[in-house]
Amino acid sequence: MNLTLKIWRQKNSADKGALKEYKISNISEDMSFLEMLDVLNEELSEKGEDPVHFDHDCREGICGMCSLYIDGKPHGPQQTTTCQLHMRSFKDGDVITIEPWRAKSFPVLKDLVVDRSSFDRIIQAGGYVSVNTGGVPDANEIPISKSIADLAMDAAQCIGCGACVAACKNASAMLFTSAKISQLALLPQGQVERKVRAEKMVAQMDAEGFGACTNTGACEAECPKGISITNIARMNREYFSAIASSDNV
Amino acid sequence: MSWVSKTLSSTLGQKVLMALTGLFLILFLVVHLAGNLQLLFPDGGESFNKYAANMANNPLIRVVSIGNFAFILIHVIYSIILTKRNKQSRPVAYAVSKSSTNSAWASRNMGILGTIILIFLLVHLKGFYYEVKFGSVPMASYDGEEYKDVFAIVANAYSNILYVAFYVVSMGFLAFHLSHGFASAFQTLGLNHVKYSPLIRKVGLGFSILIPALFALIPLVMFFQNQ
Repeated sequence: MNLTLKIWRQKNSADKGALKEYKISNISEDMSFLEMLDVLNEELSEKGEDPVHFDHDCREGICGMCSLYIDGKPHGPQQTTTCQLHMRSFKDGDVITIEPWRAKSFPVLKDLVVDRSSFDRIIQAGGYVSVNTGGVPDANEIPISKSIADLAMDAAQCIGCGACVAACKNASAMLFTSAKISQLALLPQGQVERKVRAEKMVAQMDAEGFGACTNTGACEAECPKGISITNIARMNREYFSAIASSDNV
Repeated sequence: MSWVSKTLSSTLGQKVLMALTGLFLILFLVVHLAGNLQLLFPDGGESFNKYAANMANNPLIRVVSIGNFAFILIHVIYSIILTKRNKQSRPVAYAVSKSSTNSAWASRNMGILGTIILIFLLVHLKGFYYEVKFGSVPMASYDGEEYKDVFAIVANAYSNILYVAFYVVSMGFLAFHLSHGFASAFQTLGLNHVKYSPLIRKVGLGFSILIPALFALIPLVMFFQNQ
C-alpha cells in the first residue's frame, strides 16, 4: 500500500518543531507500524537525511517503550501498543499523522521521542516495597484471596508507556500512578508502607506538573493493557485515608 | 505547610472539594425544584408566596443559603484553579485528536458547561433573588396577612418568550453538566464499586434528565397559562 505520513520533526527540546510530510510506497499490510517506520528511515538514511527518531525496545507489547500519537489516538486505532499495531489497520492512500505524546511532564527530546522520566520519579517516590519479604513463598502461604491477587495483577500489568497521559485532555498521570499504588496497596507485602506510599506518590505526581483527573475515562479506553479507572478511585481512597490517619503532619 | 493546606493544594484534595460541593449543589437542586413546583399549583400563587416567605424568614434556611452561596463559590474557584493547571499540563496541542472515540462530550467540556450555567445563575439571581430581596415587590394578602407577591414577579418574567427560552436552553446545559458530574463526583470520592457504580451511573443519568426537564417545564407552563 502507498501512504502519506505527516510526522512531527523536532531537532531537540529547544526547537519549535513542525509536521513534515513523507510519501511511502510498497508497504505490506503484514508489517508492524514500527517496521513501516523502519522502512521510511532506511529510505531517509539512503538519501542522507536525518531518520525519524522514535522510541522502541522489545516490540512484543510488554516493555512500554514505544509510544506515538497516531491519527489522533495514542498507539493508533487499536487498543494495543504501537509495536503490536499492524499496517492492516490502515488502507491504501491513507494520510497518517504521527505526533509525540503531548504533555508538559513529557518534554520532546527529538522528533517523536519524549522524556518519560517523570514516571520513574513517581515510582521512586514510593512505588516499591522496602521491607524484607523473603524468598519465593510456597503456594497459599500468604493470606490473600484469589480475587484480590487478581486485582493486584491487573494493576501490575501497567507497562508505564504513558498512553493514559497522552489520551487525557488534562495530561493527567492518575491512571499510571493509581495502578502503581494499587498493585502494592492490595498485597499483604505492601501494607507496611501503604500510607506513606500514597502520600508521596501523589505529591510527586503533582510536583511533576501532570494535570488533574476529570473522569472522562479516555485513559482507560486507550490503555493498551486495559488498566481500569477503578484504580483511580482506589488511589483516591488510599490517599484520603492516608491523609486522614497518617502521622505526617 | 500544614497537612490541611497541603491536601487542599494537591490535585486530589481540590478534586474532592469539587465533588463535595457539586454533590451539595445537586441536593440543592432537588430542594429548589420541590419548592418551585408550587408555582404550578392552581391557587394563584398562594402556596408559593407563603413558601417564599417562610424560606426568607426561617433562620435555619438562611444559614443553609449562605452555605449554598459559599459552595457555589468554592466550586467555581477550584474549577478555575484546576482548569488552569490542566491547560498548563499540555502546552502544545495535538494537530489531530480523536477524543470523541474515547470519552463523552460532556465529560470533556465541563468547564464550558459550568461557565454557561454560571452566566445563567447570575441572570437568574439578578432577576429573582435580587428583585425579591431588594427591589419593590407587590404585596398579596391571604387571610388578612400580607405576603410579598413573588409569584407575580415570576409570572411576569415568564410572560417574556425570550426569558422562557433562555431558561429552557440553560436547563439543557445543566442536564449535560449533571450527566457527567453526578457519577464523576462519586468516582472522585473513591466510591467505585462493582455493585453500586452501575446503579450510580443510571441514577445520575435519570437525575440529569428529570430534574432539568422539570425545571424547564415551569417557565413553559407559566408562559402558556399567561397566553
